[in-house]
Amino acid sequence: MLARLKQMLIKEFIQVFRDKRTRFLLFGPPIIQMLVFGYAATFEIRHVPTVVLDLDHSQESRELVSRFTSSEYFDVQHQLTDSRQVGDVIDRGKATVALQINAGFAEALRKGQTAPLQVIVDATNSNTALIASGYVNQIALGFARSYQEDRINRISPQLSERIPSVELEQRPWYNPDLRSRWFFVPGIVGSLTLVLVVNLTAFAVVREREIGTLEQIMVTPIRPAEFILGKTLPFFLIGLFDVSLIAFVGTLWFQVPFRGQLLVLLVGAILFLLCMLGVGLLISTVSATQQQAMVTAFFFIMPAITFSGFGFPISTMPRWLQYATYASPLRYFLIVLRGTYLKGVGMDILWPQMLAMAVLGVGLLTTAMLRFHKAID
Amino acid sequence: MSFTRFMAIARKELVQVLRDSRSLTIVLVMPIVLVLLFGYGVSLDLKHLPIYVYDRDGSQQSQDLLKRFQSNEYFDIVGVAGNYHDLTRALDDGRAKMGVVIPWDFSQRLHDGRPASVQALIDGTDDNTANVLIGYAQGVVQGYSSGIQLDWLRDRGQIAQPAPVSVETRTWYNEDLESSAFIIPGVLALVMSVIGAFLTSLTIAREWERGTMEQLVSTPVSPLEIMLGKLVPYFLIGMVDVIICALLALYWFHVPFRGSFLTLMLSSAMFLVVVLSLGFFISVIAKNQLAASQISLLATFLPAFLLSGFLYAIEQMPVVLQWITRILPARYYVSILKKVFLKGSPAALLYADLVPLAIFTIVLALLATRSFHKRLT
Repeated sequence: MLARLKQMLIKEFIQVFRDKRTRFLLFGPPIIQMLVFGYAATFEIRHVPTVVLDLDHSQESRELVSRFTSSEYFDVQHQLTDSRQVGDVIDRGKATVALQINAGFAEALRKGQTAPLQVIVDATNSNTALIASGYVNQIALGFARSYQEDRINRISPQLSERIPSVELEQRPWYNPDLRSRWFFVPGIVGSLTLVLVVNLTAFAVVREREIGTLEQIMVTPIRPAEFILGKTLPFFLIGLFDVSLIAFVGTLWFQVPFRGQLLVLLVGAILFLLCMLGVGLLISTVSATQQQAMVTAFFFIMPAITFSGFGFPISTMPRWLQYATYASPLRYFLIVLRGTYLKGVGMDILWPQMLAMAVLGVGLLTTAMLRFHKAID
Repeated sequence: MSFTRFMAIARKELVQVLRDSRSLTIVLVMPIVLVLLFGYGVSLDLKHLPIYVYDRDGSQQSQDLLKRFQSNEYFDIVGVAGNYHDLTRALDDGRAKMGVVIPWDFSQRLHDGRPASVQALIDGTDDNTANVLIGYAQGVVQGYSSGIQLDWLRDRGQIAQPAPVSVETRTWYNEDLESSAFIIPGVLALVMSVIGAFLTSLTIAREWERGTMEQLVSTPVSPLEIMLGKLVPYFLIGMVDVIICALLALYWFHVPFRGSFLTLMLSSAMFLVVVLSLGFFISVIAKNQLAASQISLLATFLPAFLLSGFLYAIEQMPVVLQWITRILPARYYVSILKKVFLKGSPAALLYADLVPLAIFTIVLALLATRSFHKRLT
């Protein structure tokens, strides 16, 4: 048994590493994707292109504008002179935010009335629009607040010393500078591993079937269990190597902290790999050609990643979809990844995730093997 | 170039797709799945975020403030912590996204007319959620603060004045800040690239791998006829998919459509030629289905997903990456899609995207024709 398994393993490794292209595929795309993803995937909003139309020309309006100019969130590029320009600038996409201060702004402030600040936001990208208008509000409120304080101070300095106020002191944990990269890099490790291992495993078996070499193997004394083991073990090892490689490159290149225990991450990675091998094998049992395998894999991969919380919070999905996310092994692995990378938590917190992956992994592998036996018979 | 021979190849290819019922379902079902996937699964409309509160003061004032959090639709108070440890634990295991801590001297400070602060411990793992949370929490606390200031002034015989500045925000193009309206138009680009990359890259590689290329070469068919014959069926399928996606977007997700249908079809046709040519080119070089599929994933799907402005705003990427996006056809296509669906931009504003896309179409189509020779080496 062991001797036959060994032969099978040797054959698989030769097959994988013989071809220059396949060799490149194992390591090239994951690293390229890690780098591109790490740079491109960001929901941070900084330096939003902004234009200003100040029709009031007062000291107050200039003071308000200067608060925007000095903010890192807005990049005030033009001062417009005519309200007709606003529409044009936004239509052309030259600016995402336009601030308009109408004549009478300072006068209203001085009279103690509410002075409006008109804001136009290009909401083609609803996320940018949401965050940017949040920042506009914060800056305008800050201005209003200090104006109010000045006003009270002018009326009665004694009163202003004693007025109560409440501040929110914000302390973001785990990611104090709120960097998108810290959020995405651990996630990329998980999703790239998923794509790679599922594709490789599915293709390896289907290729033998498509080319017709599967029958040749079946007439040898190799038993189905040995065949499956021989097929999956190399990809398990390659997968493990790739996880380490991607994690290593991502962590060092993007300088994401790793605060947990390596062992916890390793256990998580092994359980996750078992799930992915199971999925890859299952796909291979239902596909006759590589094209079918690839498309089927795609149909697994897209939802598995979208519904894992990789890029979008699960809590914003419709309720029924939130339940569906429990079926995605990546969901659990992402919690393990972010937990070990950013939160530095250990088994005492991550055990439910480990358990879920173990159950899914065993379930998937068993189903795959049962189906595989049938497919061969 | 003989029309009969071209038709023969096209018919063969079409038969091959139609006969393979799974491939057929997939090319027709995939656009639907992708639109639904992104329409439902990808949302940044954060509401009902789980928070913990830890009231160390236990006064009327602190309860008033917490009530404001409770009645806000963006927050769900899911737990009341009795000590810091509970709070830490809830953030660590993800039960809460934010912990609001009211200090023990909160009401005392307000009573004495000193500034009081409220702590917000935020799970910063997901920076986007954290940013939105901070914005909402700031809004709640500032609202509370100005409320007590007004009361305080009124008690001392001062005329209560309204807030000095109000922000009047108008969001253009996507008035309700719907994530689906922002995301779904771009899904068309994803669908096209999947078809281009996956299906075409396999057609040539498959012939090489199965050895049927030799048979094809021995016939009088010219390389151009092979190429067109192989691509035209997928082109037609792609155009059907465009229509399916557009109908779903309009009638299922109620995404507005403000531009011209002609522009949509024209730009989609151009982008299809781009991805089909690219897929064809890759499959000619790769000659191996696994390699072809993985490389085309890198060359078409990844840019369309990451670097096109589909999800992640291009202006927020590093400058080098922004330059790179300029040589990616997907960027221009996604830009056109967003304009056609949301902005309804006049033709003059579309040229900036249409012209580069047209250039890519021509260059890549030429490249694909040049790449393929009937040689057996």
